[in-house]
Order: sequence, then C-alpha cells, then structure tokens
Amino acid sequence: MHGLILRTFQVFVQDTYGFEPWRRIVDAAGLDAADFEAMLNYPQDTYTAVVRASESVLNKPSDAFLEDVGTYLVSHPNSEGLRRLLRFGGVDFIEFLHSLEDLPDRARLAVADLQLPDLDLVDGAPDNFSLRVGGGLPGFGHVMLGVLRAMADDYGALVLMDCDDGFSGRQTIDITLIKTAYAEGRQFALASCGTPEEE
Amino acid sequence: MKQLPTEVLLALCPMHAVLDATGCIRQAGPTLRKLRHEPLDGAPFLDIFEVYRPRAAATMDELLQTEGRKLHLRLRGGVRTPLKGVMVPACDGGAVVNLSFGISVMDAVRDYALTNTDFAHTDLAVEMLYLVEAKSAALDASRSLNTRLQGAMVAAEERAFTDTLTGLRNRRALDAVLERIIRGGEPFSLMHLDLDFFKQVNDTMGHAAGDQVLRQVARVMLDVTRKDDTVARIGGDEFVLLFPGLTRHERLAEMAGRLISRIEEPIPFDGEECRVSLSIGIAISDDGKATPDDILMQSDEALYAAKRAGRAQFRFYESPSVTPSTGRVAGE
Repeated sequence: MHGLILRTFQVFVQDTYGFEPWRRIVDAAGLDAADFEAMLNYPQDTYTAVVRASESVLNKPSDAFLEDVGTYLVSHPNSEGLRRLLRFGGVDFIEFLHSLEDLPDRARLAVADLQLPDLDLVDGAPDNFSLRVGGGLPGFGHVMLGVLRAMADDYGALVLMDCDDGFSGRQTIDITLIKTAYAEGRQFALASCGTPEEE
Repeated sequence: MKQLPTEVLLALCPMHAVLDATGCIRQAGPTLRKLRHEPLDGAPFLDIFEVYRPRAAATMDELLQTEGRKLHLRLRGGVRTPLKGVMVPACDGGAVVNLSFGISVMDAVRDYALTNTDFAHTDLAVEMLYLVEAKSAALDASRSLNTRLQGAMVAAEERAFTDTLTGLRNRRALDAVLERIIRGGEPFSLMHLDLDFFKQVNDTMGHAAGDQVLRQVARVMLDVTRKDDTVARIGGDEFVLLFPGLTRHERLAEMAGRLISRIEEPIPFDGEECRVSLSIGIAISDDGKATPDDILMQSDEALYAAKRAGRAQFRFYESPSVTPSTGRVAGE
C-alpha cells in the first residue's frame, strides 16, 4: 500500500479532527508508528485497518469518511498542490471529467509506483455521465465522489452525483451536469507561484 | 508554398505570424499577441523579435534564408522571453513564422498569465507544466523523507551498541552491561586493554593497516574470551573485557597472557607485517559491590602500572588496604 494514500488519511484526520483522534486511530488500527511516510510502501492490509479504525474512532460510516477525504484533497489549503494538478486536466468541468481516464497514468508519471484504480468515463444522455471506478482500493469510489464534488465547486459547475456501493470492488458514480458555469469557481493560473506580473 | 487559410493558422497555431514581402506582420495568433501590449499588425517582425540562431537575421532576405532551420529568437523589449520557431516562405514573397516557448514555457506562463486555452490542444506545454509541478512535489516529499531518515540514522547511531569498525560492543554497551551486572550483585572481573605500538603502525603503514590490526585484535579477543563475556572497544586502541562470574587470579592471568602472546603475532597487511603488543590492567569485584566508576578506575590504574613497567604485560589492581604480596601477580 503506497504511503501517499495512507499519509492522506493521516493529514486529513489531523487537519480536520486533530492529533488526538489520529493517535486513537493509530492505536485502534494496531500500527507501529503514528506517522506514515508518503514515499514509502506499507503492508496491503494497512489501508483497511486505517479505514476501519477511523470508522469507529470518528463514529462515522466509512463511505462518508472516504468522501470527506476526497473533498479534503481538493479543497483544503494544505493540499492546494493536488487541486492544481487536477485543474491541469481541463478548462471546464466537462473537460476535467474527460481527463479523469488519464488520472491513474498522470499519477504514475508523478510517482512511479503509485497504483490508482482504473477510471472509465461513459457518456450517457447529454450532460449525463457515469464514472466507473475499478477495483484495488475498496471504497475509492467514495473518495472520487468527494473529489468530484469539490472539483465541481472549484470549476463553479452545478452537478448532481451519486455513488453506488459497488460490486466486487468496482463502483459507479452517476454524474448529472445541471449547469457548467453556475458560480464563479476558483482561480487557476498555469504558473504555480506568485501573481502574474501586469505590465 | 500556397497560403494556408487564415482560420486554419489561427486554429492550429496560436503563436504564428504571417509576414508580407517587406517583413511586416500581417496577421498574428492570439497567444503571440499576448506577448506585447502594442498591436503587432503592421509592425516589422524583426523589430519586435530578435533572431539570433542559426545566425542573426537583420533583414527579411536574411530571414527567408533560414527556411526549414530551427530558429532561436527572443523578444527585443519587455521580458525578452526566448522563443523557438520555424519560418516557411509564402508564394507572395512573405513568410509564415510559427513560434513556441520551448523550455522557457515555465517563465512564460507566469510572465504573460497564460491559461490552458492559450496553447494548441496538441501542444504538450500544459502536460509539461503538470509534470514539472507533480515531479517537484514528489521530489520535495522524497527530500523531506531523506532528511528525516538521515536524522533517524544519526539518532540510531547514537543509540547503537556496536562499534562499526570491529563489530565489538561499544562504550555505551559496556556501560549498560556493567550496570546490569553490578545491579545483580554478581562477582566479576574487568580487563582494560591498550595496544602498544599501534600509533607506529598507523603512522608508518597508514590507517588502512591500523584498521586491519584493530579487526584482527578484535577477532583474537572474541576467540580467547567466553561466550558470555563482553568485549568492547571504548576508544581508538582501547578495549575493555568484562567477565561475569570470573574472579580467579590464575584463570585471569592465564587469559591475559594468552591475549598478549596472540596479539603479538605479526598481522599481515599488503605484503608487510604489522606488529603490536598489549598492556592489560585487571580489576576484580569479588563481592560485586564496586561501582562502575570504581572498577573502571581500578583497571585503569593497573593498566598504567603495566605500561610503566615496560608494556606488553598485565597487572592486577592492587588495593591499598591489601598487602602488596597478595594483591599483585606480575605478568611475564
């Protein structure tokens, strides 16, 4: 299990609930150390152990926990870098949706040994999409649901979404786009630091 | 070459310029226009862009001669952004120049506040920006991990109980064992050893020879001592042997003698022979009541007695309260 994924759980809990709940999750999951290293690998079952422990310590169903993690990844200032990387996917929400299939490959370009489940976007009726989330990370569909909700806000799009419970590890997210430019959305400049110079 | 329709150029090449026969810009792509506040139309191309490779081009004729070559250009005013480009002559004596930022795209997106739509869909610029950002994030994470691992390594070394050169215990391990034995109230003895003539080996044959000697000496000590004894290197050429439960003078004297004769055997190194010897001070705690400081001080005193007596020998510590004849057994 890639440390980047486990580390995400850690910083999410610490930033959202504080250090004490994270310490209790570490104890409940029976982990040796309280800190995950983003660039190291951990035993495969650590993922499930952390998700289960979070469920009981935070007293929250794992679906909701995972969705919150997804939202956190895009909207929290501490993970601004990831939001930017996702925004490189397209100029509006639809283009972003179309870029999702590339997401696992893009992730691998950045971190060679990071394996994310396959993502497959299917166009249905106009403004209707379903995103099929492959197996490998149980509940990853809920993380993606959180990511998509936050990205819709980021682009200023009005979207209805729903994620099923999945079948043999695979999940499907139904996406209905009500309005592409519903709200202002957040700024995105290709240049990463500082404000663009006005001449 | 036949002129491409304007709309094709605009759609495919957001950084192109169409020049007339006099070298003035007749049409420019939308992204190229962002590089300058003043309008480009009608302005002489070479007044705005300096072509400096493959060779400087000052006139339209010189520019036309670069056909098919990779051009290196930069803006004459403002940020002087470097650009890459290619020129294709047109049938009316003019030309089409297509430009790109090349590696300077990182600075260009910042300097001109460019967005995804400023690049052609086929342009890999945005992918490159993505990669640069993703890779630097990954690299930062790796670097911070390395820093932490280095800190952990230093901390682990500080906690280590092993001497890395010889594989023997170190001073910290010795202190821990000594304290444990004394706490247990068990009788024990301790030898303080110091190599003789080691400095000469180091000075004349080099440090590699010195290291070889230390490793050989360590092997001999492990060989001569028992399994439960502690063999520690506590300084450059200083060692301490700790014998739990062993207090008999005869046995200790026999062991010390054997250590000295074994260590005096020549040690081969690089076709030569290193020769060292050993001075030993021995202290005994019959009742197990001596403190670590006491026993180390006593063995140290005995060691110096051995050194003063001419090296290559051992001495037992002589307690002031005991008569000299019973407290001392001389070495050979």
